[in-house]
Amino acid sequence: MNSISVEKILEHFHLQQINQTPIENMILVSDIKRPGLELAGFFDYFTPDRVQVLGRTELSFLQELPKELLTERLDKFCSYDIPCIVVTRGLEPPQELIDLSQKNQIPLLATDYSTTSFVSRLTDYLEGEFAPEVTKHGVLVEVYGVGVFIKGDSGIGKSESALDLVKRGHRLVADDAVIIRRFMRGALVGRSPKISKHYMELRGLGIINVRTLFGAGAVREEQSIDLIAELEKWDDTKNYDRLGIQDDTEEILKVTVPKVTIPVRPGRNLAMVMEVAAMNYRLKSTGYNAAQEFTKRLEETLRNGN
Amino acid sequence: MVEKKVVIKNETGIHARPASMIVQLANKYGAEVTLGKDGNEVNAKSIMGIMSLGVSKSTEVTVKAEGEDAQDAVNALVELLESGFGE
Repeated sequence: MNSISVEKILEHFHLQQINQTPIENMILVSDIKRPGLELAGFFDYFTPDRVQVLGRTELSFLQELPKELLTERLDKFCSYDIPCIVVTRGLEPPQELIDLSQKNQIPLLATDYSTTSFVSRLTDYLEGEFAPEVTKHGVLVEVYGVGVFIKGDSGIGKSESALDLVKRGHRLVADDAVIIRRFMRGALVGRSPKISKHYMELRGLGIINVRTLFGAGAVREEQSIDLIAELEKWDDTKNYDRLGIQDDTEEILKVTVPKVTIPVRPGRNLAMVMEVAAMNYRLKSTGYNAAQEFTKRLEETLRNGN
Repeated sequence: MVEKKVVIKNETGIHARPASMIVQLANKYGAEVTLGKDGNEVNAKSIMGIMSLGVSKSTEVTVKAEGEDAQDAVNALVELLESGFGE
């Protein structure tokens, strides 16, 4: 199960702690909660496992409450298993909240951000941290702005073609192992493991550093994955796609990605084929499909001929 | 699918030399062999993949193989990993 420590949030957003409780809690969900009805006494659908954010509205409401009721509500609120409470705009929370959160070992934190701004930043951050992740064997390069994930058996020439692409002015993201994350709305983003970042292994040469060899413009930290290029040994008995009308796809982390299968034969310029595949992908995403246009033209000619 | 867990014993973990030994051995087999740590899996036939796992001493790794000679591949790799790479 994925989790992030409250301490990490504290450091990342430069939060100040208002009470003294040790910060040991973990956050298990990416959702955020602004308790409103709960402070008014309605706890039926309360989601205490979320980070609780209190802004000006909530604090003003609490101030309006008679002392007794305030203590009762906050006592109930703090009795839940809450990872942490964040007060925004640098506002001062009521003393009761400080005491009760302290008693229940809930870190009470403060930020200078406005509530909306903090909630959106925190959501972004938590979504990123909780995004499902997988490590895949392959090479990720950015070609004309298109993230191409090259896969295939070891020794088929993935790194060589990636190097060829880098020489042609495209960018390397990761060689051999690519960490792929799924963000909101099904966007896949790949990056390199820290250890192998900017490095590449070539049979016969060993390990090279692409950044020092080709410069800062030859590498990229992160890249969305738009297209999969699968390299495979040329098989004379297999029928390869000759028209490109049928769109092949593959799933990564349950996201469907378009895929091209490129047969490899000595002397075939794979980098160029992949460049064209990337450009063709861009054309297709702007609505132009060469294969369809071509067959349409052919059909028209045939119709007029008869 | 054959699978086995091993704890790395040698002091320096899987650094460059052990990694290249693993790759050389894995490449002798036709089966698809992977090495996993904390849910991350990499191809055992690729040196960058193995090194990027960053396996240090006392870490548990999972050797997995799929294919005709999967059993032999896993046995051989487990033996190598347990041997401490002759260090």
